[in-house]
Parts: sequence; C-alpha cells; structure tokens
Amino acid sequence: MWISEVPAFVPFFIGAVIALLTKGRLRQAILLITPVISGIHLLTVPVGTSLGFDIAGFSLEVYRVDKLSLLFGYIFHIAAFLAILFSIHVKDTLQQISGLLYAGSAIGAVFAGDLITLFIFWELLAITSVFLIWARGTERAYVAGMRYLIIQVLSGVILLVGIIFYAYQQQSISFSLIGLEGTAGWLIFIAFGIKCAFPMLHNWLTDAYPEATPTGTVFLSAFTTKVAVYALARAYPGTELLVYIGVIMACFPIFFAVIENDLRRVLSYSMINQIGFMVVGIGIGTALAVNGAVSHAFNDILFKGLLFMSMGAVLHMTGKIDGSRLGGLYKSMPKTAILCMVGAASISAFPLFSGFVSKSMVMSAAIENGYGWAWLLLLFSAAGVFHHAGIKIPYFAFFAHDSGIRTTEPPKNMLMAMTISAVLCIAIGVYPNALYQLLPFDTGYNPYDATHVLTQLQLLFFSALAFIWLNLRGMYPPELPSVNLDVDWFYRRLFPATLKPLFNGMWRLDAAFRGWFMDRLNSALGMLSRHAPDGVLSRTQLSGSMVIWVTILLATYLILSFW
Amino acid sequence: MIDHLPILQVIVPLLAAPICLILREAQLVRWFTLIASVFAFVISVLLLQQVQAHGTLIYSLGGWDAPIGIEYRIDQLNAYLLILVTSISSVALLAAGTSLQKELTERKETYFYVAYLLCLAGLLGILTTGDAFNVFVFLEISSLASYTLIAMGRDRRSLWASYQYLIMGTIGATFILIGIGMMYMMTGTLNMYDLAERLPEVQQTKTVFTAFAFFMVGVCLKLALFPLHLWLPNAYAYAPSIATVFLAATATKVAIYVLLRFIFSVYGFEFSFSHLPLKEILVALGLMGIFAASIVAIYQNNIKRLFAYSSVAQIGYMILGLGIGSKTGLVATLLHLFNHALMKGAIFLALAGVVYRVGSVNIKAFAGLGKQMPWTMGAIVVGGLSLIGVPLTVGFVSKWYLVLALLESNWWPIAILVLVGSLLAVIYVWRLVEAAYFRPALQDSAPYKEAPLMILIPTWILVLANIYFGIDTSFTVGLSEQISASLFGVAK
Repeated sequence: MWISEVPAFVPFFIGAVIALLTKGRLRQAILLITPVISGIHLLTVPVGTSLGFDIAGFSLEVYRVDKLSLLFGYIFHIAAFLAILFSIHVKDTLQQISGLLYAGSAIGAVFAGDLITLFIFWELLAITSVFLIWARGTERAYVAGMRYLIIQVLSGVILLVGIIFYAYQQQSISFSLIGLEGTAGWLIFIAFGIKCAFPMLHNWLTDAYPEATPTGTVFLSAFTTKVAVYALARAYPGTELLVYIGVIMACFPIFFAVIENDLRRVLSYSMINQIGFMVVGIGIGTALAVNGAVSHAFNDILFKGLLFMSMGAVLHMTGKIDGSRLGGLYKSMPKTAILCMVGAASISAFPLFSGFVSKSMVMSAAIENGYGWAWLLLLFSAAGVFHHAGIKIPYFAFFAHDSGIRTTEPPKNMLMAMTISAVLCIAIGVYPNALYQLLPFDTGYNPYDATHVLTQLQLLFFSALAFIWLNLRGMYPPELPSVNLDVDWFYRRLFPATLKPLFNGMWRLDAAFRGWFMDRLNSALGMLSRHAPDGVLSRTQLSGSMVIWVTILLATYLILSFW
Repeated sequence: MIDHLPILQVIVPLLAAPICLILREAQLVRWFTLIASVFAFVISVLLLQQVQAHGTLIYSLGGWDAPIGIEYRIDQLNAYLLILVTSISSVALLAAGTSLQKELTERKETYFYVAYLLCLAGLLGILTTGDAFNVFVFLEISSLASYTLIAMGRDRRSLWASYQYLIMGTIGATFILIGIGMMYMMTGTLNMYDLAERLPEVQQTKTVFTAFAFFMVGVCLKLALFPLHLWLPNAYAYAPSIATVFLAATATKVAIYVLLRFIFSVYGFEFSFSHLPLKEILVALGLMGIFAASIVAIYQNNIKRLFAYSSVAQIGYMILGLGIGSKTGLVATLLHLFNHALMKGAIFLALAGVVYRVGSVNIKAFAGLGKQMPWTMGAIVVGGLSLIGVPLTVGFVSKWYLVLALLESNWWPIAILVLVGSLLAVIYVWRLVEAAYFRPALQDSAPYKEAPLMILIPTWILVLANIYFGIDTSFTVGLSEQISASLFGVAK
C-alpha cells in the first residue's frame, strides 16, 4: 500500500474531498489523521524518488524528493497537523477544507520538480488560502483578502511569463538553479520575491495576515512565505543581491513592529524580519548559510506558529488583539502565557531554544564570508526581535497594566497544539542534531560554543535592560490605537496630499487644457460607442458595403503582387 | 471496402440526403441522419489509421487516373480535418432532435436534415478531393446547403442573414473559380499535384499573380477573415441553434484547410510568401480581427452574436499563426483549428439548451440562470475559460504554441498583443458569467428547468473533450506537428 511514488500532496487533496463529504466527529478525525498518515508515508520515502510524465512536449516532474524538499515536506506536515489541531473546534466547512487544500498545495509546491508544476501549486496556494482570510467575515477582512488575492495571483502571472521566457531560452522547464540572468531569471525572481515579502513587495503580508481568522493566521504563517524561501533556496542560492535584500528585510520591520498596536500585525512584521535572516542565508549561498536558512525556516514555522497560536487563543477568548486593550491576562490564562513565552524565547534565540541553533548558523556564515556589515546589522535586528517579539508580545498581552479582562484558558485542542509546538521548540534547542541530520548539507556545525552563547546572552540581557529602562522612564512608545502605514503611505497619504493641489493648480492655470482633454475624452467615448450594438463596427451592413471590402482587399493583393 | 474509403466518406452523406426525402417521417429521418453521420465518423477514423500506416492514400474516381480523371488524395491534414468535421457533426446531431422540435415545424425538420447532410457531404468533399475544380463544386454544394440551413431560423432576420451570406458566398466562390480558371489556362491541368508541378514554370507571369490574388480573397471571404467577416455574425446569430453549432465548428475550418492546401501544396510556400508581403498582410489582418471582433463582442447583447464575433477573433488567431510562416506557427494554427471547434461546439450547444428552455439568448434572459441551469451554464463557463486560454483547457494549448511561435520568430510585441487579446476574451466571457451568476433571476417568470438530457449529454461530451485534449495533447499536438512538418517538407 505504501507506494513511495504517490506524491505527498495527494493524501491531502483526497483527505479534503473525503472531509467535504463527511460531518461532525468523523470529519474532525479525517482532518487530523490526514497529515499523520501522509507524514508517516513521507518518512518511508527515500531520497531520489521521482515521478514524471510527458505532456505537450515537456517532461513534467510532479514529484521530486531530495534532502531539501524532504526537509520542507516534513515541517509542512508537522505545521499542517498543528494548525489543524489548533483549529479543530471550528465548525466551518470552508475553513477546514481550504486549510487542508492549502497545506496540500504548499507540499505539492516544494516537491515540484519542474516549473509548470510549481506554477500550478503556486496559484493554488493563493486561491486556497484567501478563504482563510475571508472567513473572518468582516468588511476589512474582505477588502484585505481581495488585495492579498490580487497580489498573489499577480505573482503567479509574473512567474508564468518568466517560465515561458525560461522555457524558450533554456529549452527546459526543470526547476533547479536559475540565477539572475536574462529576463526570465529576473521575472521569476520577482515572482518569488512577492511571495517572499521582499521589502516594498511585502504589504500584502502585514495587510492580510492580521485580518484572517484566529485559526486561519496559523495556517497562513506556516506555508506561503516558506514555499517562497524554499523556491529561492532552490533557484537562487549565492545570489549576492539577496544578502542586501535580506538585511533590509531583517531591519526595517523592527521599527514598525515596535510602534504597531495590533499584536498579530507585530508578529507579521517580525515574520518579515525572520524571513530576512533566511534570505541572507540563501544569498550567502555556502553550505553552512543555506543550512542555516532552511533550518531557520523549519524553526520559524514552529515558533512563529506557536506565537500566532497564542495570540489566536487570546483573540478567540477575549475578542481583542490590540496591545492597548489587553494586559494582565496571565491571571486567567497562565498556561497560554507560559507557552507564549516559550515561543518568545525561541524567536529571540535564547540558548536552549530552537531559534538559537539556526539563527547562529546564518550569523556565523555571514562573518565567515566577509559580510561583516551584514553581521552587524543582523545582530542589531536580532536585538530588535527580542524587543518586539520576545518582550512586547507577552508583556502587553499577559502582563503590563491589568485591563480587567477575566476569561478562561482556551479550548483543550488549542492548548494541546501549543504545547506540542513548545515541546518541539525546546527539544530542537536542546538537541539540535536531530534537526541537523535532516539538513541538505553536512557541515558538522555546533552552535553551543562559548562565543556564541555569550554573545547571544549579552545581547539579550542588554536588550532587556534597554526595554526596562525605557519603560521605567516612560520613554517607550506607548501602545496607542492607531493606523501605522509603511509603504502603503505612498498610496494612502502621499498621493492624495500632493496630487490634489497639483491638479487644482493645473486646472486653474490651464482651463484650455482641460477643454482639450474633455474633447479627447468625448471622442474616445465616441470611438467606443461605435462598438455598441448599433455602432458602426457591429451594425448589420448592407451587402454592398460588404462587397466594397472585398474589392479593397482584392485591389490590395493585386497592387502588392505587381509592385 | 477499405480501398474505397475515400469515396465512401463523401458518398455516404451525399446519398443519405435524398433517402431522407423518401423516408419523410421526421423521427425516422432524425435517427437515419445520425447513423449516416456516425458512419462517416467511423470512416474518417479508419482513414486516419490507413494514412498513419501507409502514408498518403490516392484514389482514382471510376478507375480513371489523374490528370484525366478525378483523384481523391488523403494525407494527414485531410484525415485530421475529416475526423474533426464528422465528429462535431455527429455530436451536434445527437442534440438535433430535441432542439429542432422547439425551433422548427415538423415538416421543415426533414428538410433541415437533408440540407445538413448535403452540407456535410460538401465539406467532406472539399476535404477529400485532390482536384481544384472539384473543390469549387463541393464548396458550392456545402454553401448552398448552409444558406438553406441558416434561412430556417425562427427569427425572420435569418432570411436576410442568409441572403447576405448567399451574395457574399457566391462572390467568394466566383473569385475562387476565377482563380482556378486562370491557373487552368496557364497549366492545362486541374489536378492539385499536377498544378504544383507545372506552376513553377509559369510562376512569374501576371496571370498567376492575379489567379493567386483572386483565390486568396475568395477563400478569405469564406473563412470570414476580418474585414470580410461581415456576413458571419448575423448568419450564426439567427440560424437554428444546431445549424450554428455545426457551421461555427466546421465550415470556417474547412475554408482554412483550403487556404493551407493551396498555399502549401499547390502554389508552394516559397511562391506564396515571396511575391507579395503575405506574412505582413496575414499578421496585420489577423491582429485587427482579434482586436476589432473581440471589442465588438464585448458590447453585444445577443449572446449568439457575441460568440459569433468571438469566432471572428479566433479565426484571427489561426491566421496569425499561419502568418508567422514557421513550423511552430503552423502547428498553432492547426491546433487552434481543432480546439476552437471544440470550444465553440460546446458553447453553441449549451446555448441551444438555453434557447430550448428560455427561448431567448439576450443577455437579460441569462439573469439567475447559473442557479437554475447549472450544467448548461457550467458548460458555457468551461467553454469560455477555454476561449480565454486558461491552463488545463484546449485553449491554453493552442495559445501556448502561438506565443511560442511568436517568441521563436522574435516577434515578442505581437506575443504581448496576443495575450492582451485574451484579456478581451476575459471581459466578454465575464459579462455572461456576471449575468448568469450574480444577477438575481427575473421576478415575473417561473424558474427555468435544466436543459433536457439529450442536449446536455452532447454538450458535456464536448466540454469534457475541451478538458481532455487540454491535458492529454498527444493526439492533437503530435498530429499537428507531423502535418506541419510534411507541409513544409513539400515546400522544400
């Protein structure tokens, strides 16, 4: 029964269909068991398995198993299981099914051996995930979801155009090293970059993730961006541009995360920051760096998932997520508070927690390969992470001033999912070799040497000191209800503010120009009306005028022949 | 029996037509016509097998060898189109009985089938014969029959449409005849392969140039190349639904076959593309057709007319592929020939279902149909997706090859225009989707029932074919590539 050639996404799609046809407890059981069965199956699949067939003159490789794809395959199975467990109490068919399909698409994408297959799953990722945002049911969620969908589909379209160029130039569609050469390389790079939330292309993430349902964000945080990280690691390792992009990604969200009030948006910014570390790793491109990047992706799914879960639990129980309206929850949700702090410790890379063992690999690689400035900036952003994700999230949600909210612990399934994640975070931190064995390269790296541990601890303690000092002196940016804009500032503020007087001035100065413009507009409308049912082009013509065209064409042919 | 397949292909529908008149009873005629068409389909499949196994089939009519006698020649190109025409004809006839009951009186029904069979025989004749004059004869048979079919429409405007088509079609046929006559004058032969051998000697004469010009214009009129398409929208819009299905899916394709046959096999690629800027003319007209017809289609309220204009646009794509003048371009044309027949067949059959239940194809009548006739509207949506060229449908396959051919020739600005043209298709398909799925049904009418099974089944056969050939392209692409290679091989 365990045929190893069955692609790993198939069980998910089948599971989704079966779940659609069942109800109640049976459906819950099917949802839970799907990633488990598929995961056990994946453990038996050896490296080098491949499944392909020929279509339209191209050889498609739907299933390609190597160490890199296998690592992402494992973590996606774990993430799918945890997210499903976390959301198992939700009685919403749409969310349940689309969650499962979404996870399946992500798994399909990382095992895709050619670009066409990748494109199909790339688009499926967008389409299946948007329902997790829309399921929130609010107007804001609908609009944010729409923006999300448009940007995601755009990324897919750019990818497709890139693939066409690539197929034409290279006469091959296999998904391997592409590199930034020619139009094709750049187009595919931009497509990946959109999904990876490159700076300036990142707005969809901070816009849409905080608007999704409490459980939906847990799904979202695990898959889309990590598929993009995988794709970059596969196609663009060692591209120096990625180091610069990654450093910017690691640094700029810090500032926004500090002033942001919506705690899930804080996490979204910190997500971009963490992806920045991975992108730097891929950009450096040595064995150690790529190892660091992918293992950080692995860990990020776990601890970011844990943080999103804990915030989802808070939102689920209290209905509030703004830092200014929460606080003091540790009294009524002590378990959630502790689990959240495990996640916070992991993301801040405390020794003995999972973030430490992967982040230090990227840092070591940066300094080994002469990117001293990058190392310094990453160090700065690591401190920033501790600030906003490590301290701010648990502090404002569970401690700070008492908001007076009294609630209870979240449902058992949520607690269980969080507990499993927390255990995994600590287990990887304590015994990193379990993770290192799965990595694509063997580097014999050991994170627990005196330098690393000391540097990291100093960093953390001084960072914590800064937070406490700022807080005591009342200089820390207070949590205020506000709308923070970053790049969207351009289209939400700058354009209205500058263009309006510009247009006013123009119209006052040059009424004639406006008249001319209106004339053009009218003639354009007149052009269009020619196509309306009674317009010139679509009106039924007399036979005579049809014959005129015949004559014209014949004359043209003859003149051209005798030319 | 096997040896006589080429002539049987034509004779079966040709003889079946008068027999229908003898049978008279509409019920009987219906089944008889279907059987004749299916029989023709079986013959065409056998023919393709023969061609694939033994190469080009040559059949001398009455035992007289060419060039004295008439010769039928079947190569892969002929066999490919024969299968297309006979299969679409059979599928359309499956639905004909039910659809015509609503649209025609019983007495007229018999005549409809007679005309249908004659039209089929004419089209098959064009596709099998190796004789230039024979092409003209069969062209007239099929055209006259199709004028009759169109005139039978319920709407009285169908008479006008048919009359205009008659005038234009006759002019086209006359031009073709003039072209053939001039060639005969110069070479003294009518057999296509004889012509191909003798034409090079007299190639640089003005008579041959003129012959080519007349012939091209005549054929372009028959295949409704922009701006000679003006007869087409009304003819398709007002003809009986089944006639629209059949004509839209096959008639223009056969005209394109004639164009390919004469350009490549009779005049030769070198001559056709060198003595006048044919590439540029075809590409320009093809592009203008794509844009003008698509934009007009966006503003149509009569949905049959909308898709008729979309047909003009799709013909533009085929001509564009031909105009590239490369092997891949020709593959794109041949693929789109087949694929467009599948899409338009499916869409017009589904519209036949709408006419059956709703009685109107105005866009207003589609309000709320998405819920009331889910299978019918589903078919139109899949057909529409295919028109747009969404992956996993046949439309994607042909567009892919077209874009590939354009990129190969480094005509990437045109490749972009082609993709923009697809966006126009999105707009007109979306208008229909919006009406059917997002607008509430009209209050004053009882909800419509789903179309009858006898229309739904053939519709979905074509819809599934749309998806099947979009995924498994080995038949269409494989054959198109072989045909393209052999046509270019002849040219060299």
